[in-house]
Amino acid sequence: MDKTLNNKAWFLVAPVLVLVAFSAVVPLMTVVNYSVQDTFGNNQFFWAGLDWFDQMLHSERMWAALGRQAIFSAIILAIEVPLGIFVALNMPKKGFWASVCLVLMALPLLIPFNVVGTIWQIFGRVDIGLLGYALAKLGIGYNYTANAFDAWVTVVVMDVWHWTSLVALLAYAGLQSIPEAYYQAAKIDQASRWSVFRYIELPKMQGVLLIAVLLRFMDSFMIYTEPFVLTGGGPGNSTTFLSIDLVKMAIGQFDLGPAAAFSLMYFLVILAISWVFYTVMVNLDKAEGK
Amino acid sequence: MTLELKGVSRSVGGRMHIHPTTLTLQKGTMNVLLGPTLAGKTSLMRLMAGLDEPTAGRICWEGADVTGLRVQDRRVAMVYQQFINYPAMSVYDNIASPLKLMGLARPEIDRRVRETAEMMQLSPMLGRKPLELSGGQQQRCALARALVKRAGLVLLDEPLANLDYKLREELRVEIPKIFEASGAIFVYATTEPEEALLLGGNTATLWEGRVTQFGPTAQVYRKPADIVTARVFSDPPMNFIKVEKRGRRLSFGQGANLPADGALADLSDGRYLAGFRPNHIALAGHHNGTAVEFDCELSGMEITGSETFLHLQHAGQKWVGLVHGVHRLAHGSRQTVAVDPSFIYLFTEAGQLAAPASYAFAA
Amino acid sequence: MAQITLKNLAHSYDPTPRSEADYALKEMDHIWEDGGAYALLGASGCGKSTLLNIISGLLRPSHGRVLFGETDVTDAPTAARNIAQVFQFPVVYDTMTVRENLAFPLRNRKMDPGYIKARVDQIAAMIGLEAELSRKARGLTADAKQKISLGRGMVREDVNAILFDEPLTVIDPHMKFELRTQLKSLHREFGHTMIYVTHDQTEALTFADKVVVMHDGRVVQMGTPEELFERPAHSFVGYFIGSPGMNFFEAEIAGAHAIVNGVEVPLGATHGPVPGRTRIGIRPEFCVLDRAGGLPFQIRRIEDVGRHRIIRGEVMGTEVNITVPEGTEIAADATRILFAPEKINVYADDWRVAPLGEEM
Repeated sequence: MDKTLNNKAWFLVAPVLVLVAFSAVVPLMTVVNYSVQDTFGNNQFFWAGLDWFDQMLHSERMWAALGRQAIFSAIILAIEVPLGIFVALNMPKKGFWASVCLVLMALPLLIPFNVVGTIWQIFGRVDIGLLGYALAKLGIGYNYTANAFDAWVTVVVMDVWHWTSLVALLAYAGLQSIPEAYYQAAKIDQASRWSVFRYIELPKMQGVLLIAVLLRFMDSFMIYTEPFVLTGGGPGNSTTFLSIDLVKMAIGQFDLGPAAAFSLMYFLVILAISWVFYTVMVNLDKAEGK
Repeated sequence: MTLELKGVSRSVGGRMHIHPTTLTLQKGTMNVLLGPTLAGKTSLMRLMAGLDEPTAGRICWEGADVTGLRVQDRRVAMVYQQFINYPAMSVYDNIASPLKLMGLARPEIDRRVRETAEMMQLSPMLGRKPLELSGGQQQRCALARALVKRAGLVLLDEPLANLDYKLREELRVEIPKIFEASGAIFVYATTEPEEALLLGGNTATLWEGRVTQFGPTAQVYRKPADIVTARVFSDPPMNFIKVEKRGRRLSFGQGANLPADGALADLSDGRYLAGFRPNHIALAGHHNGTAVEFDCELSGMEITGSETFLHLQHAGQKWVGLVHGVHRLAHGSRQTVAVDPSFIYLFTEAGQLAAPASYAFAA
Repeated sequence: MAQITLKNLAHSYDPTPRSEADYALKEMDHIWEDGGAYALLGASGCGKSTLLNIISGLLRPSHGRVLFGETDVTDAPTAARNIAQVFQFPVVYDTMTVRENLAFPLRNRKMDPGYIKARVDQIAAMIGLEAELSRKARGLTADAKQKISLGRGMVREDVNAILFDEPLTVIDPHMKFELRTQLKSLHREFGHTMIYVTHDQTEALTFADKVVVMHDGRVVQMGTPEELFERPAHSFVGYFIGSPGMNFFEAEIAGAHAIVNGVEVPLGATHGPVPGRTRIGIRPEFCVLDRAGGLPFQIRRIEDVGRHRIIRGEVMGTEVNITVPEGTEIAADATRILFAPEKINVYADDWRVAPLGEEM
């Protein structure tokens, strides 16, 4: 669709531009500024060139955090996407129960991130938490503050609990848009349940699923609040994801330069991956519209 | 009041959507844009409305150049194939909405809404919501909204396509009556030749982004300027056969020939394409002596109750005949069909009309 | 293949219907003969889609039975009924190629791959998609997609019936004509029972051997196109079939004459006493303008529709249409209208009354 020329529109867009400039462009430029300089406080800066970038690229600590981050994102995508689709497929299509399901699914999404962390932090405690206490009574040695594996399981389960409904709701919306005639035709063609999923539901959900994967990837790749509240990145460094490490470095150690350099690389990675997603989606749309 | 398109064209991403088009539409006329899907009907309407800007050329309204003027600043109304109404408002408020936007006084709005509703036979439904109406009434409501503005230019993009056949037939009869009364310029896009004929007025035939002919509907129908127009404006499709003119004879092959007299006498010798409409085919024995006869194989037949469609094969060409009355003929049988020479159009091999069918002069 | 019988069939979407008005489909008995080409014609909301869905098993009727041959299939699911259906909008499996789409119903029934290939090639040739067989269905035009749907409906040889639910809605007029012809020849070739639902009289009349006209949840007439045209059993059929529809006049019937506003109109046959609200109906094709005789006629407008002209006018306050062939001269002083007596039908309370001596 082509745009209609209307110069007044620019005037209306101006406030947004100003807002974006203050909320995104100015902070980003500050970070760029830090990333090429060194400071010892007192607002004194020294030119450092690309040293910080070089240092960060060879920092084992950062690579380790990146590795943990990638594994975390991969795990939660591998669980949440199929699980979300499964939930969506089994939700009632219409009527009273459909509304009930929708409300229930939306609930976890409405809880603030730090509250989610706190809920699970208490829930998992061996002394007073329902989960931790029950597991301990069953004779299962579970302690997310001491055991790295337990900590990972808790973080992953927490994220799945928090975000699977987002995938489910998106998939559900995709399913709802499939005309009834498709299911009727499949019945007449004697298609199996699997064929219906494979050839009708999955292709028709493709678009929303890509959006779901993109959203979940970006969110999980930048996850901070929940694991920070739950484990604080521990035990040891086992659940120290990128953003947690970044905050430690910048605020804890006041290594502004390296942290800024790393932030930028972090930003570029996310940008690059989002761009790939976007391109794939646009191409799919084109194929559809042909 | 006129709308003039002067060499208007539009290309998107290097592809020509509308080839340079020059048209003049007069006040109080019905102008049909006839062509198959993707022929450019909607694109041309969008240019007329000002929703798109032409790549080249000028658009003039009452002599003043309005190219590039925003659609909001023009006096344009548009009705689409889908019944677009505000679902939460009553029919009354739907019809009144453009007037409220124009800032008219309440009594004036009321008067015009009731007047338009009366014209569109919506008066008893003014208090209802659009979704409580039948499809035909919903589209009437959308039409009423377009009319109530008293826009100078009303664009109708296949407004009846989503309606039942019989309802379509009834609205088709009503629409020209309403439009004659309003005095605006109407542009009506359709894919159906029959609809164009029923609406009357002028017709522009479109094919692949080009206006192939523009003129009074009956004239475009009877004197198509080229083979493309003839094809677009014929349903079922026109039949064609290669012919050769030599001296005073027009040869149709297989021994069939006609004297080339009248308008044909002046044509230069050579190859032509003869075309005739399905309804001008007659079964042998149902015509007078001057007709040219063709030996065909009957590959199919459809009976409508009062007429019979014949699917014919002649010398590798597929033809369709539409003859009066009910005929039960054996499928696959040989049939001799006849065409009166006065119904035969001749086109050059390049597709231009060389000689129109002589009956067209009488009609 | 089998004959389809509907016994005392009725359907209401309301679980506790109170009056006849609550029924989308009023009680009916109907037989669809094996191998017939039927059209189910009616306006939107007349119950034709409900009926189709009951036959295909997508809907269970609230009353009555559906038999395929001798077997009661009222409670059998769609898949067990062995029928094919083509929907209003193209239903294709986007991610499959055209070939896979056409082969899908056969593959699901575990047919022999060699047979599937041969059959798909045959169907593709018929619907003119041979060149596109290895393309993905996703990128095709609406026309082509609907052809695939039609092809998928045709691909099984052993189906009891093929049902079409307004299949040409999304197709351009030129293409419509071609596809209709193809369907017709497919029917001739394979002899499947075909039921074609539509609101378009041209499609119905040209496709079917027998047209079933529905109105307000009821079958008002089943007959050949000729019967529907010449002797509409109900005034709705007269109105719905033909463009424009039949002209009706309030009349009194007296033997071989009808009296319209005091003017005697000769009928083609003699009628016995006719009860109720009586009207005569005459098609626009069978009216002629005249200078003397007949009823007074006032011309309102003349429309040139190409192969014929429609003269619209009035006879003593009643709207009347006349159609005359292309090129007919219309005399300026023609102020009377004559009817072909043998083409006049008599109606009592909307139902046609057969004249004495007519075979039913």
